[in-house]
Amino acid sequence: MTTVASGLEVSLAMSQIELDLNVVMPEILMAIFGMLLLVFGVIRGKNSLRLVSYGSAIAMVFVAYMVLNLPVEQENAFQGLFVNEWFSSFMKVLILMGSVISIFLSLNYLENNNMNRFEFPILILFSTLGMMIMLSANDLMTLYMGLELQSLPLYILAAFKRDNLKSSEAGIKYFVLGALSSGLLLYGISLIYGFTGTTSFETLSQTFASDENISIAVIVGLVFIISGLIFKISAVPFHMWTPDVYEGSPTATTAFFAIVPKIAAMGLIIRILFGAFADLIEQWQQIIVLVSILSMLVGAFAGIVQDNIKRLMAYSSIGHIGYALVGVAAGSIDGVRGVIIYLTIYMIMSAGVFAVILSMKKNDRMVENISDLSGISKSNPAMALLMTILMFSMAGIPPVAGFFGKLFIFQAAVESGLYTLAVIGVLTSVVAAFYYLRIIKVMYFDAFEDKFDKIQGKSLATIMTISGIFALCFIISPDILFSTASEAAQSLWAE
Amino acid sequence: MEFIAVFLPLLGALIAGLFGKVIGDKGSQFITCFLMVCAAAASLFLFKDVAMASNPRVLEIFTWISSGDLNVSWALRFDQIAVVMVFVVNIVSAVVHIYSVGYMSHDPAKAKFMAYLSLFTFAMLMLVTADNLVQLFFGWEGVGVASYLLIGFWNHKESANSAAIKAFVMNRIGDFGLALGIMVIFFAFGTLNFDEIFIRVEELKDLHLEFLGFDVHMITLACALLFVGAMGKSAQLGLHTWLPDAMEGPTPVSALIHAATMVTAGVFLVVRMSPLFEYAPSVLMFICILGALTALIAATIAVTQNDIKRVIAYSTMSQLGYMFFALGVSAYSAAMFHLFTHAFFKALLFLGAGSVIHAMSDEQDMRKMGGIYKLIPATYIMMWIGSLALAGVPFFAGYFSKDMVLEVAYADHTWFGMFAYWVGIFVAFLTAFYSFRLIFMAFHGKPRCDEKVMDHVHESPKIMLRPLYVLVIGAVTAGYSFKELFVGSDRGDFFGKSIFVLAENDTVAAAHHVPTWVAVLPAAVGIVGIILAWVFYIKCPKLPEKIANAFKWIYKFFLNKWYFDELYNRLVVKPLFCFGSLFWKIGDVKIIDGLGPNGVAKLSKKTADLTSKLQSGYVYHYAFVMLIGIVCFVSFYLFKFNG
Repeated sequence: MTTVASGLEVSLAMSQIELDLNVVMPEILMAIFGMLLLVFGVIRGKNSLRLVSYGSAIAMVFVAYMVLNLPVEQENAFQGLFVNEWFSSFMKVLILMGSVISIFLSLNYLENNNMNRFEFPILILFSTLGMMIMLSANDLMTLYMGLELQSLPLYILAAFKRDNLKSSEAGIKYFVLGALSSGLLLYGISLIYGFTGTTSFETLSQTFASDENISIAVIVGLVFIISGLIFKISAVPFHMWTPDVYEGSPTATTAFFAIVPKIAAMGLIIRILFGAFADLIEQWQQIIVLVSILSMLVGAFAGIVQDNIKRLMAYSSIGHIGYALVGVAAGSIDGVRGVIIYLTIYMIMSAGVFAVILSMKKNDRMVENISDLSGISKSNPAMALLMTILMFSMAGIPPVAGFFGKLFIFQAAVESGLYTLAVIGVLTSVVAAFYYLRIIKVMYFDAFEDKFDKIQGKSLATIMTISGIFALCFIISPDILFSTASEAAQSLWAE
Repeated sequence: MEFIAVFLPLLGALIAGLFGKVIGDKGSQFITCFLMVCAAAASLFLFKDVAMASNPRVLEIFTWISSGDLNVSWALRFDQIAVVMVFVVNIVSAVVHIYSVGYMSHDPAKAKFMAYLSLFTFAMLMLVTADNLVQLFFGWEGVGVASYLLIGFWNHKESANSAAIKAFVMNRIGDFGLALGIMVIFFAFGTLNFDEIFIRVEELKDLHLEFLGFDVHMITLACALLFVGAMGKSAQLGLHTWLPDAMEGPTPVSALIHAATMVTAGVFLVVRMSPLFEYAPSVLMFICILGALTALIAATIAVTQNDIKRVIAYSTMSQLGYMFFALGVSAYSAAMFHLFTHAFFKALLFLGAGSVIHAMSDEQDMRKMGGIYKLIPATYIMMWIGSLALAGVPFFAGYFSKDMVLEVAYADHTWFGMFAYWVGIFVAFLTAFYSFRLIFMAFHGKPRCDEKVMDHVHESPKIMLRPLYVLVIGAVTAGYSFKELFVGSDRGDFFGKSIFVLAENDTVAAAHHVPTWVAVLPAAVGIVGIILAWVFYIKCPKLPEKIANAFKWIYKFFLNKWYFDELYNRLVVKPLFCFGSLFWKIGDVKIIDGLGPNGVAKLSKKTADLTSKLQSGYVYHYAFVMLIGIVCFVSFYLFKFNG
């Protein structure tokens, strides 16, 4: 009898594991692909960058396809450590897309700048894997694991041009400050665990829902956790690393930094705030509002005096994160929807802008000053036109895509009664419009200097064009993104 | 089939506009013309299917905006009135496209011109096939832009540029009204979709709104605002001054935009919204009176003009007046009928005039023409046909529709209907007079141009004449063959649900029972007008000058277009200009710039410098800022928690 029973138990446990594995299958496959590609690269040695890059891209597209095939409803795995629903699927597909784009953006750049090493795409792949785990985290431990897995490759990527002083400096800075923020995060987690006795998001949210008297220590823990996460999205006052790292890192890395990790971290923030800490909204809303205002202000004002376009993009990204946080602060389903829309549009726009930055090359040398763009409307009219569209979109001028992103964010803020936030948002976007429009002015009205070198390969031009057309044509059918984002936001609320 | 009829012009515009340089002038002319002819063929088929076989439909393409209560889709609404418009627009546009190949043969920017023409056609098609007011507005603005581009096409001419700007600004006033009207409708009905609006009209017909102490009837307000939009596009009195100036554009443009299609958009709008206008009798009355006045004033001006294109332009305005007073007495189908026939003969007249201008080495002044009928016989005959149709001579297209318009006005049995009828009769007389004044002055009598021009007079190339035959067929037969369908006993089946008329307002039915003299009079005064023109300009050519001298004051008044431009200049432009420079010099430069932008800019710069100074580059500074930040957050909560 006992053997039968235990056999039954074993088979039950087996089928449970099988179910669990189904949920995490994309992540597992991603890890296996990464390791296979690493082995392949090591065996083949030099000159395998291109092959490994294509391999990684194919792997990520395949994984994205798998993610899309996961059920839309919420599914738990491994006793609730890991969760997946349409929201995380959507965000995962978004970051996978972003990573694929970054790989294609970087190829030519790496080859031409003596960084022809196959580890680059593999690092991107592992970092992306970390982000996927972050997005599915349903426990503070999973969260921490995913976060570290995504951060470590990023430190290496920042210092990828290791014989270059600036690049190594960027890597070190990012690493030291990143370690500090991880420390803050861990400290927060320990406080939460100490006072509630759990790390599971579900148990945490049940505790807060039923408990009237929240200990101050829990709130302090929450502040620390939020601070640790805000570092990852480079919001003020945890933004200081961003301009230096953006400028110092190889441009291919900067492009990846700008496009992907922030989206994942934002997704994680939404998951943790609207999941585990949903009932503490009174508490966290104030931090988010403050951080959002500060980010919008710093992003708008500090960008004005920048000459280096990568530094400018750093401030621009700080500002954009500020706007996205407005949607989080709204604390409503509409707000989350706004954030999803905003991030999607932002990702595609940034990809286009970095494609332009990566084609800024004169006499075989990369240039990165805004003044280097002067007069390119004459030598590269198509590129100037696309950049103009993208800048209009970044500035949020109707009818290009960026306008809709801001529109929905502000709408959600107004509906939640956060008028101050909406007003500051509109005002800072006017200030920020200055530096976007300045680029257009430089391209079209300043004296023509040197011609850019011909763009190598098709990938940069293709990404630029797709991104520009997307920004321009978004208005024709905005509803596709809106309805998908609505569903994604709703899936977070569905129990 | 629907997609072919609507989207081929867009395709043509894109190809000619973006790749004009690659495929060359010939290539872009061929492609746009070919696509346009295909679209015209498709619309012919659609006309048969939708209108003749009563098979209206709506094709949803995809959802455009869905936000709260606002649901707007891209959709093609092919009901009967839409298909009539699509038919007219595509046929005339195809003719004009082919004609332009010949007319613009000396122009350096052929591909651009063809692209603009196709773009205009697409915008117009979007307007007429719209399924909701937003899409209609999109098309409405689209034709505005395309018309601006085409009027100012010869942008090396100062006058063309100012005419383009004038058209744009005047239309903007109308568009403002339209936009407000759309907002009122959304406010009252909660939807912008035509079907949904029309369903709810019955229950909301008595909706009133208290606004600033006034009690406003919602539907009346909405209709009045929509009509302001229609006034602008259709050049009704008050907002009409742009139309004659728009003749600065190339002649094919005048034929397409300022005769057959765009200017009828206002008429179309009122017909489209007929379920609403039916419940706004006061607006209808206003439309009727304004239409009659427009017809009268335009006709009196046309009598005195000497520029061949301006005469036709004013006649267009006058005919639009006819259409509007028909709308004013709820005879939507009669207005559609006149729109339909008018498109053919007016496009014919314009293109014929273009052919004359072409022959006379770009001379437009009729005083410098004359005596050329033997040299350009084909053009001459076509102008005759067009003019006979315009004058309402029996059995040409204009006869049937104009008769109908006048009969419905009489049959309305209201004071404004009567007013419109008698004004209309007088205008019919003037119409016949000025159209034949044009014929006699331009073609007959002694040549008044110099010999060099005269030697060069030649018939237009075949590519310009052949397409006109299509219009000739229209100008001759469109009236007789479509009479039963548009306004006869079949009209119920023909228009189906696309036009809504309250039973007590059905003037078209009543028009079949008017006394015989009412029906005969328009044709009679038309013939009198022709004879009088003959007497004036062939028999005793001295007479016009004598009369003009005898009634100098009136003559000058008409010649200067009732001084509308001067009036606007004095009343609107100059005061605004004064105000503008006052605000600019004192308000803007001194107060606002000084304190506002410049002051704020300085402040922004300072803030920017400060924030970037914080960015020292030292890791320990950065870490310090992070820690300060977290300390602030935590202490904030500690205070909040305890206090």
